[in-house]
Amino acid sequence: MGLLTFRGGLHPYDGKELSKDRPITEYLPKGEMVFPLSQHIGAPAVACVKKGDRVLVGQKIAEAGGFVSANIHSSVSGKVKKIEQRMTVSGNKVNCIIVENDGLYEQAEFTPVENPDRDAIINAVKEAGIVGLGGAGFPTHVKLTPKEPEKIDRIIINAAECEPYITADYRCMMEIPDQLISGLNLILALFPEAKGVIGIEDNKPEAIAKLTELCKTEDRIEVAALKTKYPQGAERSLIFAVTGRAINASMIPADAGCIVDNVATAIAIHEAVTLGKPLYERVVTVTGDAVVNPGNYKVKAGTNAAELAEAAGGFKVQPEKVISGGPMMGMALSTLDVPCGKTFSSLLCFTKDEVRACEPSNCIRCGRCIEVCPAGLMPTKLSEIADRGDFELFDQLDGCECVECGCCSYICPAKRRLTQSMKTGRREALALRRRKKA
Amino acid sequence: MNEQFYNVSANPHVRDKATTHSIMLDVIIALLPATFLGWWNFGWKAIINTIICVATCIIAEYAWQHFMHKKITIMDCSAALTGLLLAMNLPPEVPFFIPVIGGIFAIIVVKQIFGGLGQNFMNPALGARCFLLISYAGLMTNFSYKGFGGSFDATTGATPLAALKAGETVNLRAMFFGNTAGTIGETSALLLILGGLYLIARKIISWRIPVCYIGTLAVFVLLFGGHGFDVNYLAAHMFGGGLMLGAFFMATDYVTSPITPKGQIIFGIILGILTGLFRIFGGSSEGVSYAIIFSNLLVPLIERYTTPVAFGKGGKKE
Repeated sequence: MGLLTFRGGLHPYDGKELSKDRPITEYLPKGEMVFPLSQHIGAPAVACVKKGDRVLVGQKIAEAGGFVSANIHSSVSGKVKKIEQRMTVSGNKVNCIIVENDGLYEQAEFTPVENPDRDAIINAVKEAGIVGLGGAGFPTHVKLTPKEPEKIDRIIINAAECEPYITADYRCMMEIPDQLISGLNLILALFPEAKGVIGIEDNKPEAIAKLTELCKTEDRIEVAALKTKYPQGAERSLIFAVTGRAINASMIPADAGCIVDNVATAIAIHEAVTLGKPLYERVVTVTGDAVVNPGNYKVKAGTNAAELAEAAGGFKVQPEKVISGGPMMGMALSTLDVPCGKTFSSLLCFTKDEVRACEPSNCIRCGRCIEVCPAGLMPTKLSEIADRGDFELFDQLDGCECVECGCCSYICPAKRRLTQSMKTGRREALALRRRKKA
Repeated sequence: MNEQFYNVSANPHVRDKATTHSIMLDVIIALLPATFLGWWNFGWKAIINTIICVATCIIAEYAWQHFMHKKITIMDCSAALTGLLLAMNLPPEVPFFIPVIGGIFAIIVVKQIFGGLGQNFMNPALGARCFLLISYAGLMTNFSYKGFGGSFDATTGATPLAALKAGETVNLRAMFFGNTAGTIGETSALLLILGGLYLIARKIISWRIPVCYIGTLAVFVLLFGGHGFDVNYLAAHMFGGGLMLGAFFMATDYVTSPITPKGQIIFGIILGILTGLFRIFGGSSEGVSYAIIFSNLLVPLIERYTTPVAFGKGGKKE
C-alpha cells in the first residue's frame, strides 16, 4: 500500500529526537493544584465542592455544565483552598478550583464497568470527563454519540503526531500499545459497522511495526502508514488521507462516516471503562533547546507549568519563548505560572524566538502559501482582505475554511504573519455570520 | 513566583529558512554562468555595462526609499537582480548612459512608483528594456561587438533570429552553446537551461511557466512557421533570441506572473502563442520581451478565473 497523504502541507524541522527515546516518567506535583473549570470546548463545568472540602485523587470536583461540557476530577488528595479566577494557558482568567496537595495521593474508589455495553461505555466516558486530548478538547462522549451512528464506518485513531517536537503519543504507542488497542476496541463496540484505523506517520517506523504486530489478531483494526507531512494529523487532512473523503469546515467527521480520536484519548477511554479511572493525568512532552532534560512525563492535571519545567531539570538558559503545544499550532505563554490542563500536550521552551527575529516585508507573490495550504486557500490574498477588514469578502472567498495550521506563515519567505491575519479574519467572519443569523 | 514574561505571538512559532533575500540570491546565482559567458564573448564593455546596470538599480532604489522616507530594502537583493536581468537584456556595446537610464526607469517608474517589491504590474527589467527599445531603437538593436577575441570571431552582429527571418541558415551548435551575437545574457541556451533547472531543483520556480511557454511556442512554430516539420528551424526558434532567458527567468518573476498553479499554465500558453505571433507574423525577429510584458497585464484577470477551490468545497453545508 502506498503512503496515504493529502494535498498541501510541508516538512518543518521535527526536533523529536530530543525526547523520543525518553520513557514516560511520572511526576508527582508538590504545590497547590489549579483546576480550571474550562479545560474543554463548550460550557464551563460547575464546581461541586466548596472551600474546606477534602478531596481524593479521582474525585469529581466539577460537574459538566451542559451537554457539550465535561466533568473535572481532582488529581491529588487534599483540601479545597478556594475557587477563584486564575490565568490559564489561553491567556484568559478562568474560574479555577484550587486544591492544596497533601502529598498523600489518597485515591477515591474506582469502579470498572462490569458489562461494557453501549450505554455503559458512553456513560463511563462521560463520567470520566474525557475530552479530545489532541488539543481541541472537544468532549468525547458527544463525539461518540453522532446523530446517525449507523452511518459511521471508520474509527480513526489519530496517531500522526505531526506537530514537531511532541513525542507524547509516540511514547504511549511504544509503552502501552495494548491500552490503545483496548480503547479503540471499546469505541468499535459502539459502532458495529465500523472498521478501526490507526494512522501513524512513517517517521515513526517502530510504532508502526509494533502496532501492526499487535493488530495481527484484531480483524477489525488496521494500521495505516501515513506520509510524514505537517499537518497530517489535522482532522480533515487525516480523514482525507485514510478514506479519500473531503469534508469542509461546516461539516463534522461524522458527515464523512468517521470518528477521529487521538491516541491519548483512546487510552483514556480504556482507563475509564476497564479501570473506572477518570481523566486526571496525561502524558506531556517537555522539550525544546532551553530544557536541561527533555522528556515525556505523566503529569497530573492542575500541575503548575513552571513546576513541570523544573521537573525536567529546569532551564539551561532562560528561554525567550515558551509554548503550550507544538511549535506550529501551540499557544505562546506569557508566563509559566499557569496550570497544565487536560489538553496540555507539550511544554516547549525555545531559547530564541524565531518570530521576533523575522521582520515581515512585502509579499513577493511567490505562491508558496498557496502551495502548502491544506485547505486549498490563497492565504496571501485572504490575509490582505482580513487586514483591510473586509470580512464579508473574506467569508465569500472561503476564508472560514482555514484550519489555522500555520503552514502559510511558516513557509512565507517575506515572513509575513499570514496565519495571524487568517485567524483574525476567520473569527470576525464567523462573528459576522452569527450576527446576520440573529 | 517566576515574574519573567516570555514573548507571545500567534502560531506558528517557527519559520522556514528561505527568505526574500535567499530567493533573490538563488536567482542571481542561476544567472551567473550565462552572464560570465556573455562577458567572455562580448568583452569589457559588456562587463562595464552589467556593473553599471546593477549599481544604478541599487542606487536608484536606495535613493527613492531614502527620499520617500521608506524602509531601505536594497539588502533583499531584488534591485540587484533587476539590474542583472536588465544587463542581460542589453546589447553588449551600448553607450554607458543606456544602462543608467534603463536602471532608473526599471526601479523608479516600473517598480517603486507602484509601491515597490511585490506591487509592480510589469517585470521591471523587461519594462525598461522595452522602453529603451522604443526610445533608442538604433542603439538597442546594434549587436556588433569586439569581444576579447575569445572563442569565435564573428563580429557582424546579426542575431541568429534576424538571420533566420531573413531566410539565412544559422549555426545551431553555436546557438546552443552561446557563441552568437545577441544581448549580453541571452545567447547560451545551454547555460540558461542549466540555470533554470537549478531554480526548479531548488523549488524557487515551478516547471509550469517555462514548460508551457516553450512547449506552446514549439507547437506554434510547427503549425504556423511555414517550414512544416523542420527540426532545424524549430531548434533555431527554441535556442534563438531571448526565449530561454525569458521562459526561465523573466516570465517566472513571482510578482508579475500568476500566483495560482492553474493560472501559471494558462500564462505559459498565452506567452507561447504571443511570442509565436510576434516572431513569425510581426515585423521584428524577436518577440519574447513584448510577449512577457503584455502577458504581465493579463495576470490579475488570469488569477481571478483560476482561484483554487477550497478543500471539501461542494460538500454538505450546515
